[in-house]
Amino acid sequence: MKPSLGLRFKTYLLILFMVVFGPLGDVLLSKGVKNVGALSTWAPSNLFLFFRAVFASGTVWAGIGSLFTFFIAYILVLSWADYSYVQPASSVAYGVVALLGYAVLRERITATRWFGIAIICAGVFIVGHTSPRTTEP
Amino acid sequence: MFRETLFYLLIVVAGTSGELCVTRAMKTIGEVTDFRPMSLLRVIFRAMKVGWMWIGIGQMALAFFALLGLLSLENVSLVIPVTALSYAFGALGGRFFLGECVTPQRWAGVLLVCIGVTLVFIGKG
Repeated sequence: MKPSLGLRFKTYLLILFMVVFGPLGDVLLSKGVKNVGALSTWAPSNLFLFFRAVFASGTVWAGIGSLFTFFIAYILVLSWADYSYVQPASSVAYGVVALLGYAVLRERITATRWFGIAIICAGVFIVGHTSPRTTEP
Repeated sequence: MFRETLFYLLIVVAGTSGELCVTRAMKTIGEVTDFRPMSLLRVIFRAMKVGWMWIGIGQMALAFFALLGLLSLENVSLVIPVTALSYAFGALGGRFFLGECVTPQRWAGVLLVCIGVTLVFIGKG
């Protein structure tokens, strides 16, 4: 099944939305949760206090908003494209996460991890050259 | 280590199954061709009436809380790539649960993604 130009364009556009808003949401969540501190025990009262503090954080809510935008783009693209296409194709986001983690959270990223991210991107490139849709609409 | 492993498992297994269910729900809605805000809202409301959507959202919510717990313990640039192991589950689910044609080329891409994930894990600083 040869995909039309329009199908490819709208698929790429929504995946672009996913790649931007997904990592942004992850980084904002991480920053918000790190500010709350580590979950030390599994006691229900401790879990309650942990999640109460998490959901009182504006950064966490900004992350949730960003992830909601990601989710809308995600379900829309899945209305026509294969899951086994969208899922790997959107993994360009891993490079974005690493860059944001490095730039915003000052996380250390080793050469091996950068190499791993490059391999992930190569996999995405290969998947991206398959047809976005293999089932009948 | 047990906590981290459990969180990783929940993120990969519940997260991927949830996404597969959401995909099945969206496939019953049909291809979205009108992107005006009101049309999109109608699509979202229609999707929310499909049972698979709620099963999927429930599992994705479980994976989300596991992600929150894990992010309090590990760096985001490690956590997110490691969860990419779900690609192998995803390709299998796409083939057997959704009936997609996962070509050898697509499998090769998935394999590369999994290798990349392993490297990211090994390269933990």
